[in-house]
Amino acid sequence: MMAAVEVSEAEKVYILHGIRDDLRVDGRGCEDYRHMEIETDVVSNTDGSAKVTLGHTVVLVGIKTEIGKPRPMVPNEGYLEFFVDCSANATPEFEGRGGEELGTELSNTLYRVFNNKHSIDLKRLCISPGEHCWVLYVDVLLLQCDGNLYDAMSIAIKAALFNTKIPKVFISSDDEGGKDIELSDDPYDCMRLNVENVPCIVTLCKVGHRHIVDATLQEKACSVASLIMSVTHKGTVTCTRKVGGGSLDPESIFEMTEAGKRVGKALHAPLMKLLEQEESLGKKQQKVGFFG
Amino acid sequence: MAGLELLSDQGYRIDGRKATELRKIQARMGVFAQADGSAYLEQGNTKVLAVVYGPHEMRGSRSRARHDRAVINCQYSMATFSTAERKRRPHGDRKSTEMSLHLKQTFEAAVMTQLFPRSQIDIYVKILQSDGGNYSVCVNAATLAVIDAGIPMRDYVCACTVGFVDETPLADLCYAEEGGGVSSLGLALLPRSSQIALVQMDARLHQDNLDALMEAAMTACKGVSKVLDEVVRQHLQEASMLARD
Repeated sequence: MMAAVEVSEAEKVYILHGIRDDLRVDGRGCEDYRHMEIETDVVSNTDGSAKVTLGHTVVLVGIKTEIGKPRPMVPNEGYLEFFVDCSANATPEFEGRGGEELGTELSNTLYRVFNNKHSIDLKRLCISPGEHCWVLYVDVLLLQCDGNLYDAMSIAIKAALFNTKIPKVFISSDDEGGKDIELSDDPYDCMRLNVENVPCIVTLCKVGHRHIVDATLQEKACSVASLIMSVTHKGTVTCTRKVGGGSLDPESIFEMTEAGKRVGKALHAPLMKLLEQEESLGKKQQKVGFFG
Repeated sequence: MAGLELLSDQGYRIDGRKATELRKIQARMGVFAQADGSAYLEQGNTKVLAVVYGPHEMRGSRSRARHDRAVINCQYSMATFSTAERKRRPHGDRKSTEMSLHLKQTFEAAVMTQLFPRSQIDIYVKILQSDGGNYSVCVNAATLAVIDAGIPMRDYVCACTVGFVDETPLADLCYAEEGGGVSSLGLALLPRSSQIALVQMDARLHQDNLDALMEAAMTACKGVSKVLDEVVRQHLQEASMLARD
């Protein structure tokens, strides 16, 4: 699926035995994440952006807002569009059209997870019902793959949505009854999104008889299959999918779901705290970007 | 020209620079652990990531392999959010394919490919934010990435885009200047030997002015090379400090 790692039989046994005893190769427990770094507002010509580093996995998300036409089925809602660019920077396999398949799979999953009214208040994105709405183009750029793409992407998307500033608009009607959209003159006069209910994705990999969170590529190579689930801050599961070639028995799916809820729920509070902290520093803060 | 004065009477450009002044260049090498070489470079508001893989065995069809030198493979792509108006595709359009080809030519002139017969070197550049001089900034970033990968080169390759306005050559054009109907010239230079790796110009210019423009481009490239050299030296110093600890 992504950057190939070669894991020998002996290494596999070593990893498997470690996980059985709740001690992974890098010293983590089964439900621990790797070191994570989050920075928002990194690309200045987007309306919202975030960069997330999880171990060696690096994801950059940029959100651009555009005015579009609401979908006929939901005339009073705006919508989100997702695009995942598996760039050749991450691995030479993605050169040319090599990353397209993975990119489509990832963006479709992201669309299902995030584009619904339970995650984001889509009604707020409506400008005039049936005519104009905001479309958020969420573009994800994979810069380096070291396992656990879903989790890193979802966190980056949540952070970028938090950072997104949508210009305020006014609708005025002219003499002939036509409508005009006017943008606010003040660039700081903008609408922010409420990201409280935006879920984060937790990927659980079944390795041996146990399951682990935030698997590295080596660990992933030992796993039979994994379960991805999106969990909100209340611990509600909004989407689950089994990915990977192997099969899972219902009992372990149940166990993994329980663990995923626990891990996912715990992810939100520190993330929101971090985002608010960064926001409060405002313009004074020195951006690190890729210089860190 | 439509309302936009590219060079004021006092000799300042729209972003406040003098005619020969470069934009601020900041760069870092070794940003990614998985790639063989990587670099991040900001030139004004243009931000670029360059990654190098190789030299390694030929991937895909072996018929492309050369028995006497390495093949250089480049891909230029732009993040969909990098431009003011959102791009639909990051690469694969005509402009990016042309840009990939130009990069390939530039680096074939600079990398000592004869040292790695039958192998391949991949150079991937990604524009994260675009504000003019995309080709030049990519070349500068890729140079640092190739150096970071430890691949021998004849010299740094430094590139700069220059324009010609009111009988004055302007160094390192930004997006507003590039779009303002200036005749611009892109030049990639091996500064120490003053060898030209790539030159491209697709606008009208009186032949008498060409020398002045080329001269300005070479001076600008030499300016860039000084900055890049500084970055490399600083990176090596930091790396050796870490190695000592």
